[in-house]
Amino acid sequence: MSLRKSKGDTVKKPILILPCSGIGKSFGSIARDATFRVCDELRPGKADTLCLSLLVMGDKEARNKVASSKCIVIDGCPLACSKNNVVRSEGNVVAEFRVMDLLRENRGLKPKEVTFLDEDGEKLAKILADKLAEKVDELVEESP
Amino acid sequence: MKIKPKIGVVSCSGECCGLGTLSRVATRMVLEDLRYDQTVTICLPLFLAGETQEHGFAKEYPTIAVDGCNKHCAYKAITKYSKEPAAGFDVEALLKEWGVEEPKTRRVLDAENVEVAKRIAELLAEKVDEIQEAS
Repeated sequence: MSLRKSKGDTVKKPILILPCSGIGKSFGSIARDATFRVCDELRPGKADTLCLSLLVMGDKEARNKVASSKCIVIDGCPLACSKNNVVRSEGNVVAEFRVMDLLRENRGLKPKEVTFLDEDGEKLAKILADKLAEKVDELVEESP
Repeated sequence: MKIKPKIGVVSCSGECCGLGTLSRVATRMVLEDLRYDQTVTICLPLFLAGETQEHGFAKEYPTIAVDGCNKHCAYKAITKYSKEPAAGFDVEALLKEWGVEEPKTRRVLDAENVEVAKRIAELLAEKVDEIQEAS
């Protein structure tokens, strides 16, 4: 799980987070927003993402990346497109999150907007991002 | 009275960079606002992972593929699993043509990026009308 950076110095491979980015409801937007919060703001360098569509189209580089990295998948709906596509691409799925579970845990929040998240959508994305960041730390810690 | 077909607008929603976010936001603007009654969509990963029902989408609806970059995942996917889209847009190429920089962040579009998304959405809406007219 670690890469050699320079002599005697190693850097851990980032954990890959793959959201479904579903476009029909706000759940896909929440998954996507939380992913970017972690990769770009909360855990830059420790977490990364890649285009799910590119992976499913069979891109070699993307397939190698998911096979050789620890992957966290996030799905917005029960169709589980992210999980199914990463598994089909022989990706190494080590954790999964479902926005539907998050909604059950936070019944007071009712996100509606898809294009730009509304207040409840933003709140859920932040909650999910914190959970993801915690999981990233755990997975990085476990890595040799 | 002739019933015009709904048009499928499918965005790549690529996660690698802000171009995917632009493709997604422009697509949503068409679906939600500019051509609300005339358009439908499908999640690209669902289309890719799906079976007969999902792959029938582009056979049922003339489709516009909206790709963030020159890898053209949406266009290629629809062509591979269903049939060639009626039109395709490459957001990266459009930005180059307009001399506009791509978004600096992929999570939040700033006001300038939102204006660019609107400009792309207007092009998509025009294409929706054009395809409907020709159908």
